[in-house]
Amino acid sequence: MSSRRSLLRRALLVAALAVLAIPFVVPTVWMIAASVKPLPEIFKSPPSLLTDHPTFAAYGEAFSFQPFARQYVNSLYIAVLVTMITLLVSSLAGYAFARIKFPGANALFLVVLTGLLVPSEVTIVPLFQLFKQAGMINTHWPLILVTSLAAPCVLATFIMRQFFIALPAELEEAGRLDGLGRPGIWWRICLPLARPALSAVAILTFLASWNLYLEPTVYLTSPELFTLPQALTRFTDAYGGEMWNTQLAAATMTVLPVLIVFVVAQRHFVEGLAHSGLK
Amino acid sequence: MAYWTTRRRDVLTGYVFIAPQLLGVLVFVLVPVGMAIWYSLNKWNVFTGRQTFVGGDNWAALASDPQLSSVLLATVLFSGGVVVLNIGLGLLIAVLLNRRFRGATFFRTLFFSPVVVSVVAWTLVWGFLLQDNGGINGLLGAVGIEGPNWLQHGDTAMVSVVISQVVRSVGVNMVLFLAALQGVPSELYEAARIDGARSRAIFARITLPLISPTVLLTAIITIVGALQSFAQIAVLTGGGPELSTTVLVYYVFQQAFEFNNIGYGSTLALMLLSFVMVLTLLQWQLRKRWVFHEQ
Repeated sequence: MSSRRSLLRRALLVAALAVLAIPFVVPTVWMIAASVKPLPEIFKSPPSLLTDHPTFAAYGEAFSFQPFARQYVNSLYIAVLVTMITLLVSSLAGYAFARIKFPGANALFLVVLTGLLVPSEVTIVPLFQLFKQAGMINTHWPLILVTSLAAPCVLATFIMRQFFIALPAELEEAGRLDGLGRPGIWWRICLPLARPALSAVAILTFLASWNLYLEPTVYLTSPELFTLPQALTRFTDAYGGEMWNTQLAAATMTVLPVLIVFVVAQRHFVEGLAHSGLK
Repeated sequence: MAYWTTRRRDVLTGYVFIAPQLLGVLVFVLVPVGMAIWYSLNKWNVFTGRQTFVGGDNWAALASDPQLSSVLLATVLFSGGVVVLNIGLGLLIAVLLNRRFRGATFFRTLFFSPVVVSVVAWTLVWGFLLQDNGGINGLLGAVGIEGPNWLQHGDTAMVSVVISQVVRSVGVNMVLFLAALQGVPSELYEAARIDGARSRAIFARITLPLISPTVLLTAIITIVGALQSFAQIAVLTGGGPELSTTVLVYYVFQQAFEFNNIGYGSTLALMLLSFVMVLTLLQWQLRKRWVFHEQ
């Protein structure tokens, strides 16, 4: 009796979750499904997921309409570079704020934290002027510098500090007895232990850069310098009409690699985030 | 004795280690905020590039801007809607997933997946689904309902933007709530059950108070995030129809980069900054009142 009831309850739970999941899953599935349909079929009513005439023509169009391969490389190299700089800068600062006693450390940490409080929209007009004076408009420099040293990096520094604070002091003392200086302790002892925190930071930073939209829109004007999110909004024909299947094919190509990495490594993603000190 | 004692070397290393981050915040956050304050006291002529000091003129213009009240209303509706739905839905999903059953990880992956989809791609697909002859009205039509042109009506446009934003970002809150729920000691639940407490009472009296710090933190993060939602608006509605989805961030962008009103745009940007700061400080103060802390 009671086991039948618990079975029923579990079935209800799964059913409720399945219904809740619809808006989370359908858009992505729809995007992929529509990208392989011939254009007239996209607006068929009632809508169906599958088509009798799958075609990858829209994928080819995405590359001939814009320098899409180039834009792909732009997004990728910027995100990788930004992630590497952020890992270095935030693990250094996070370590120092957590483990080294120096005058003004607390006050300086608060100064750094203000980087989290200020929305990027507030600073973008002055930054535009600064980069204009530095001759860096329509280059990738603003995207690389601001993302790897401002808000996303501050969040990373905070996460790294939370992690390093929890390390036992004995580890550092052991390192000292072995004759290591501070940089040696940071590099040889603390960083290898910080792999969970570092991977959380790497994931968050990569996504932040990969998905950036306002900054590229403001700083870049040449299509061959565009990043993917920005390029996605430019698929319109000569009359300003939407090229839906091309756009959805390009969107699929933007989303799919990250989505696949996520599904494979989802444990790291979710646990990294949960333990990122945001608790 | 040597000048470079361990202590002195430590202090120097500390400064060297934090230098890149500190410099980044100074150059890319604090200096620009200072510049924005200066810009808000000036009027710019875009054609000559000349700026003239006008004192509080831009600030006075806030009061006489006929569009600002619509913009603020849209901002409140959007942020309020996003926060309430995001926290509510995030908590609901987390509570459902917190039970042990086969498929919990699978569902967690599903609910989290939109977080890794780029905002622009996600929003494009929603725009595609929500248009007059799009997939959602297609589905509604199949069951005999004639759906509205979602993005073209004031009320439904706001609802559409809020929902697409909530579905994309709720996974983050869900994960944070799950982590918090797993931190609630199971002895407390057992004790309550022995005392004959019902599930609803257990949730209200034990679970909710114990995870309240997380609720507070996610509320701050979600509000601040909602106040900064730009791509969603830009791609889905462009602020329209009329001003119904023109939230403050989008208005800042329009003034500064479309209408070239650098001074007034900076004034609006500072208003946005003050909202974010006030909300953060307010929540911080409230924390002392209602957040339960474990001993």
